[in-house]
Amino acid sequence: MSFFLEVLIGGLMAGVLYSLVALGFVLIFKASGVFNFAQGAMVLFAALTLVRLMEILKGTFSPFLLALAITIAVMIGLALVIERLVLRPLVNQAGISLFMATIGISYFLDGFGQSVWGSDIYKLDIGMPKRSLTLFESVFEGGVLVPGGDLVATLIAGLLVAGLAIFFQKTRIGRALRAVADDHQAAQSVGIPLNYIWIIVWTAAGLVALVAGMVWGSKLGVQFSLALVALKALPVLILGGFESILGAIVGGLIIGAGEKLSEVYLGPLVGGGIENWFAYVLALLFLLVRPEGLFGEKHIDRV
Amino acid sequence: MFYREAGQFKTSYGADQAVFPILQDRVFIALWLAIGFILVPLVSTEYLFRAIFIPFLIMSLAALGLNLLVGYCGQLSLGTGGFMAVGAYAAYNLSVRIPGLNPLVAFLLAGGVTTVVGIVFGIPSLRIRGYYLAVATLAAQFFLDWVFSRVAWFTNNSPSGSITAPPITLFSLTFETPVKKYLLCLAILVLFAVVAKNIVRGRIGRVWMATRDMDVAAEIIGIRPMYAKLSAFAVSSFFIGVAGALWASVHLGSWEPLAFDINRSFSILFMVIIGGLSSILGSLLGAAFITLLPLLLNQLPQWFGIAISTAMISHLESMIFGALIVFFLIVEPLGLARLWHIGKEKLRLWPFPY
Amino acid sequence: MEKFFSLKILVLGAAAAGALLAAAQTFAQANEQFVPALVYRSGPYAPNGVPWANGYSDYLTLVNERDGGINGVKIVFEECETGYSTDRGVECYERLKGKGPTGAAVFSPLSTGITYALTEKAPVDKIPLITMGYGRSESVDGSVFAWNFPLLGTYWTAADVIIQYIGQINGGLDKLKGKKIALVYHDSPYGKEPIPLLNERAKRHGFELLTIPVTHPGVEQKAAWLQVRQNRPDYVLLWGWGVMNSTAIKEAVAVNYPRDHMIGVWWAGAEPDVLPAGEDAKGYNSIALQHSAGQIAVHADILKNVYDKGKGAGKREEVGHVLYNRGMLNAMLVVESIRTAQGKYGRKPMTGEQVRWGIENLNLDQNRIKQLGFAGMLQPLKVSCNDHEGVRHARIHQWDGAKWKFVSDWIEGDNTVLRPMVDEAAKKYAKEKNITPRDCTKA
Repeated sequence: MSFFLEVLIGGLMAGVLYSLVALGFVLIFKASGVFNFAQGAMVLFAALTLVRLMEILKGTFSPFLLALAITIAVMIGLALVIERLVLRPLVNQAGISLFMATIGISYFLDGFGQSVWGSDIYKLDIGMPKRSLTLFESVFEGGVLVPGGDLVATLIAGLLVAGLAIFFQKTRIGRALRAVADDHQAAQSVGIPLNYIWIIVWTAAGLVALVAGMVWGSKLGVQFSLALVALKALPVLILGGFESILGAIVGGLIIGAGEKLSEVYLGPLVGGGIENWFAYVLALLFLLVRPEGLFGEKHIDRV
Repeated sequence: MFYREAGQFKTSYGADQAVFPILQDRVFIALWLAIGFILVPLVSTEYLFRAIFIPFLIMSLAALGLNLLVGYCGQLSLGTGGFMAVGAYAAYNLSVRIPGLNPLVAFLLAGGVTTVVGIVFGIPSLRIRGYYLAVATLAAQFFLDWVFSRVAWFTNNSPSGSITAPPITLFSLTFETPVKKYLLCLAILVLFAVVAKNIVRGRIGRVWMATRDMDVAAEIIGIRPMYAKLSAFAVSSFFIGVAGALWASVHLGSWEPLAFDINRSFSILFMVIIGGLSSILGSLLGAAFITLLPLLLNQLPQWFGIAISTAMISHLESMIFGALIVFFLIVEPLGLARLWHIGKEKLRLWPFPY
Repeated sequence: MEKFFSLKILVLGAAAAGALLAAAQTFAQANEQFVPALVYRSGPYAPNGVPWANGYSDYLTLVNERDGGINGVKIVFEECETGYSTDRGVECYERLKGKGPTGAAVFSPLSTGITYALTEKAPVDKIPLITMGYGRSESVDGSVFAWNFPLLGTYWTAADVIIQYIGQINGGLDKLKGKKIALVYHDSPYGKEPIPLLNERAKRHGFELLTIPVTHPGVEQKAAWLQVRQNRPDYVLLWGWGVMNSTAIKEAVAVNYPRDHMIGVWWAGAEPDVLPAGEDAKGYNSIALQHSAGQIAVHADILKNVYDKGKGAGKREEVGHVLYNRGMLNAMLVVESIRTAQGKYGRKPMTGEQVRWGIENLNLDQNRIKQLGFAGMLQPLKVSCNDHEGVRHARIHQWDGAKWKFVSDWIEGDNTVLRPMVDEAAKKYAKEKNITPRDCTKA
């Protein structure tokens, strides 16, 4: 029983880490209908910028805070550049062209990040605990092992989601964002500047990428593989729906728990290594019931 | 001026329905075929064949197959790598288990096996659409990857899970020189391109396009979506399966599941989008762009005698490649094939502006 | 059907121009030996690929700078980025194989996948492959794999030595009975390679083998390590590469698995694997492919003749890292093979076929190794038609938090276990490919 709980908790926490990446996708899709393939590259780029700046700024009063501030500025700059050079010329194009353009961005960022910051593996230490905690020792024999780093990551993800929810629900910009998400043209006609909204959304996605990069980077070390973490977020996306922040979190939890439980309990029966496709099959099963994802918006087709 | 249709009269229904109704198009095609079949084999080096032309031709075939599905029927798929793997492993198993089987037959049968697998993984398309479907087809990708690395039977019990294709012998001709391999791939591509062209301008192609444009409307005018979507998956998978078989046995010779991993799926989808959706020409252009451009960018500095470190070259390659994708999309969001059409329009009037 | 191949023509023209340029260079410089280098300096495996590439390139530079080439024949080398992907690797091979006056001397593909693909092409082009510490384990049998040279050890040898080491620290192989050993492996041919050997050993000594795959690239391993925690194996063998290794060590920390009971393969035992885990990696073991980290005589030469002249490929402080040393050792074997070939065919650039003879007759005794400045990093090595491995000794080294130190003496792979497996697998390959094995008694 305690082992089952461990797997479950481990899975849920892995799921939260996936959600962190999935959130970036959702933000952009929600506001502009663009499936942003570059999210993984942005995670890598943000983390690389942060970790290398921390090295450069070593010796100042707080390398982390300074580097963080500069990285945030860089991510805002990135959003500006993307909006100006890529999105604006492609306004009103089919979704698939925009999708392809984000692929171009991701190639560019991969090359750019590595050529500026190097392609080595860098250690990112932002004080995430590495040890595990043992919980419920009185209830189960041996207790339940909970990795400390993941616990902190869960907290961060929780804060991020709460923050985003407040931002979307309570602020003026948030309302504008939701309006744009509902209907571009209608939003524009009531005077919401689309370009401005895009910059905000891409900045937000960049900051979410930075947070994901910090959490994953302190777990894996900062190097190219961070860009591949995006793949783990895709089943979370279709399960939770492309347009729902809450969906990204719930989807992440389901996918995380599902894939770990399946790997540990079903994997050994068939030779292991099933968690990758099992996540997708799980998502697929949900989709067959609800084709627009758990929390996705239902679109009614009219001829 | 060059593309003037004036004076070319169509006097029969046959002429009106010809694949290439305009004389200039026919000349062009004949020219390209002549270059492909005669000139290239005469002047090319082994490097060009093995590293450029053969991969380009096979990838064109795969892109063509995917374009039937994505471009003509509107079903986004990211399972291409997995389907190629099915073709590759099917061809291998057929030729290992049935001694004396003609490889050409093995390739076609491999296509057939892929068709079946494609239909099975196409079933979710009946319910799921757009990006949701794209990501859902990744299930096929990862599942097939896993199957081929886990089930020893498919690799003929190779302990490491990587396999080596038997030599290709066709009608007592051995296909081991690059020129022969190139001609084999080219012949297959031309054949399949002709088939594809005729499929898409026939009834079934129109059914696909109606479904793509609006499936609800198509259903109302009497098109069964199940038939339309699954047939698209079937035909597309057949093409992709043959491409996979060629990639494995003709190009690589020895491979592991990683040769057909998710990056393969992505890169073929990129070819289709950048080349131009629902265009056969676009598939070829896209394949050229995605497979050849990085190689070109990688070698450029050396040709010009610029000394940059290997790492920098590959970073620059990635950056310029990404920038060019964005650039071409801004110039022509509908793909490279569209550029050719615009060029053709211009040529029709050139040198007069109107 | 409209075909529009203008891009193709463009590429064709550009490539033709390039070919002409290359041809012009060939005529200008005749007394040169071309050595290709397939490397990866970008992408997910760059942290491991870069030091190897630096070591390889620095040693070749050293031979040029210090000795003026191999017996007066200058080495020309060119890197090609494979990114660890098989099709780019094949393209690089095709690009480089014809360069220089005599073509490429020998390829070191540095990837199991590329090795498999090139194994089919090398015999046709008559260019040998040195797969030092990787590649097909059965290619030890030179009668079937005439062009493959898995020098210094294969994965089967590695697995065999590790099992023997575990036997040693437990007081004999018979003590392994009833023990549980888990293999956490990269789910690819590379990771699966040791399984047949481990199964064979498990059968002999009665330990239980647990195989736990980790999917590429290995960024998420929680499930694997939860299984380790559930089954509590006595030892965990780690067959990973790149980010998978450091992640594995961190996950081991998270499930409280003792690092000193983990033994990695030689591709899971370098600085990029342990440094990201910091203090937690302390006690982690791995098998060393002849060498470990550290500097010996040859490094002094490299620092003096290469780095002091500003011709070093990497950072000065990284000279002597594990993977740097591996690249350097690999380059040394390439150079010595060419030298051996020159002994038979004359002091001029060698063709691939001649270099193949050179590798097959490579014989480095203790004296020669000392002369080369490699004393302490390499056991005597003798390659033959029958044995393309040359030497199968290895040691275990341990990370003490700051550096690697040896914890075992030399252990030799047990040929009574290895050879029958090699012969069987090679025979199967020969049958599949219709190869008639050479008669090694005559070669």
